[in-house]
Amino acid sequence: MSDRWRSLLEKICIPIGALLAALVIFGLFCALAGANPLGVYYSIYRAAFGSWSSFQNTLIQASPLMLSALCTALPARLGLVIIGNEGALVLGGLAAVAGGLTLGGWGLPTPGVQLGMALAGMAAGGIWIAIVGALRHYRAVNETISSLLMNYIAIALLNHMVNGPMKDPSSLNKPSSYPLPEMHMLGNLPGSRVHYGLVLGLVACGLAYFLIQRTTFGFAARTAGGNVRAARVAGLPVGKLTLAICFLGGACAGLAGMVEVAAVHGRANESLNANYGYGGVLVAFIARHNPIAASLVALLLGGILASGGILQRSHGLPDATVMVFQGIVFLSVLYSDSLYGRLPIFKERGVQPSPPMATATPV
Amino acid sequence: MASEALGWWGVPLAIIAGTLRGSAPFLLVSLGECLTEKSGKINLGLEGTLLMGAMSAYAVSYLTGSPWLGVIVAGVAGMFLGVIHGWLAQQPRVNDVAVGIAMIIFGSGLAFFLGKPFIQPSAPQLPTLSLAGWTQIPQLESALSISPLFILGVAIAPLMQWFFRSSRWGLLVRAVGDSPDAAKAMGISIFKVRMASIVAGSFLAGIGGASLSLFYPGSWSERISSGQGLMAVALVIFARWNPVQCLYASLLFGGAQAIGPALQSVGIDAYYYLFNASPYILTLLIMVITCSPKRTLTGAPGSLGQAQE
Repeated sequence: MSDRWRSLLEKICIPIGALLAALVIFGLFCALAGANPLGVYYSIYRAAFGSWSSFQNTLIQASPLMLSALCTALPARLGLVIIGNEGALVLGGLAAVAGGLTLGGWGLPTPGVQLGMALAGMAAGGIWIAIVGALRHYRAVNETISSLLMNYIAIALLNHMVNGPMKDPSSLNKPSSYPLPEMHMLGNLPGSRVHYGLVLGLVACGLAYFLIQRTTFGFAARTAGGNVRAARVAGLPVGKLTLAICFLGGACAGLAGMVEVAAVHGRANESLNANYGYGGVLVAFIARHNPIAASLVALLLGGILASGGILQRSHGLPDATVMVFQGIVFLSVLYSDSLYGRLPIFKERGVQPSPPMATATPV
Repeated sequence: MASEALGWWGVPLAIIAGTLRGSAPFLLVSLGECLTEKSGKINLGLEGTLLMGAMSAYAVSYLTGSPWLGVIVAGVAGMFLGVIHGWLAQQPRVNDVAVGIAMIIFGSGLAFFLGKPFIQPSAPQLPTLSLAGWTQIPQLESALSISPLFILGVAIAPLMQWFFRSSRWGLLVRAVGDSPDAAKAMGISIFKVRMASIVAGSFLAGIGGASLSLFYPGSWSERISSGQGLMAVALVIFARWNPVQCLYASLLFGGAQAIGPALQSVGIDAYYYLFNASPYILTLLIMVITCSPKRTLTGAPGSLGQAQE
């Protein structure tokens, strides 16, 4: 077995092993809670991937996750740990509704309104995360903590707008903005209930992969992420790179917000704040910040999220069970990161003793 | 509401009352985070620990009728989560911030899972200490009644200061946090010191959770914490890793949190949600003002945020 294959096998086996371990731990947890683990596994599988109808639910859940994961995955290439996805998503949704209502009011045709909504959402989310990047670069403010704080500020802005200036007086129980007209909503893919957000998510992940792996810009970003001082010596504009990457990441999360309002809710309200942001952080870390892998992991997590209802209905488990499962998966995958190069099976048996491919962010 | 009879005087009174009530969880969690960070690791997962503490304190108090037993169990539940974090965050190539986010999801998921049956029933609360023996005004009396756990936190803050400054164990924690290599050369087990600091910090955060559910607001629900556990991380930076300054910072944050509801009680609710966000805005502003790319913050543990070898 050549080293290349060994290293590839390691990269495939360790995450799968981590997922299996998480399943076993979660099974024990369910057994302690008095549910039959095998039944729970089967229910999750059936609710997530069992039929075309349920798989469509998974796809609908996965689309915003793919987009929001990029908000963590892209800046991670620069060595930044950004978790402001929720805030960028919420603001993106809010800006998309504002843009859609304004442009619709001017009487623009539907494609124009939809394009305007997408641009407004991306601009809002992008600027929001670019602020985080700017604070990091110019003031050395820890980006993880500032992006976390900005999540709360964004959610407060959303609540302020939908309870105040943008409130539709007829929305009493759940304060909301005015609804988008039906004709300006994002449609579904032919022959399905899945909206075009899925296409946007897949395209964004593909573009992000291309940008990072195949362009000069991506190369510069990866260099700066590896060693900021070396990048400065090499004359790379680290500040501009930081701002650009943060803007792009935030724009993806903002687009996720636009997809949520324009394809699912039809208006901005607190349903926007549905943890797709933190879910996206989870996806990005499990995918080890690889955009292509992120689209697959988003499908997996989307499936888990889609199975929340059935666990409650057929096993009598509370809806937080899904959260426990997510937590266990996340912890197990994080632990598995430390196993690279430590397992004897994957160690090279030749003359070279160096462990295969043991960097924290593999290509 | 206390302000009804007092008119506009109710606003500052409500803010003072809100400060005294609302700063207990901030204080206990930030002291826990301070201890954790002094050893060189960040624990973002204290948000989950706080929720777990709030739930277990409420549940135990309801089941046994003893709120103090609830407080202890809350601390123990926090330690349980702390052990997971302490072990996982110290594995090679594992990012402690990522582990923290995972622990938020896991801890709050576990708290919501186990706490589902306890949302409805009402549990015995902790006794109230009154600072208002000298007054006859009922509003003032209710405003100045404070949680015993707040007193506990106020007592712990200078003790922890002394611990870091003058005790041998405090020196060990600081050595591990500032210069792990030197500590290793001295023959100290970095793993054990960090584990102990994280577990003890989580114990405090668990008790902080108990102060949410057993005193104010005094019930258990899934929305009981509004990110206090996360804000504690920023609060510790604001307090420059100094336990006594954590006390002042907690009062400030508790006060900032009380502004929105206090203004709402006299009919000003136009900016209710934005006022509620004031602690976050305040923290961000303070970080922007105090951080600088040219130097590290005074008091910051040297190895904080650096990767494990």
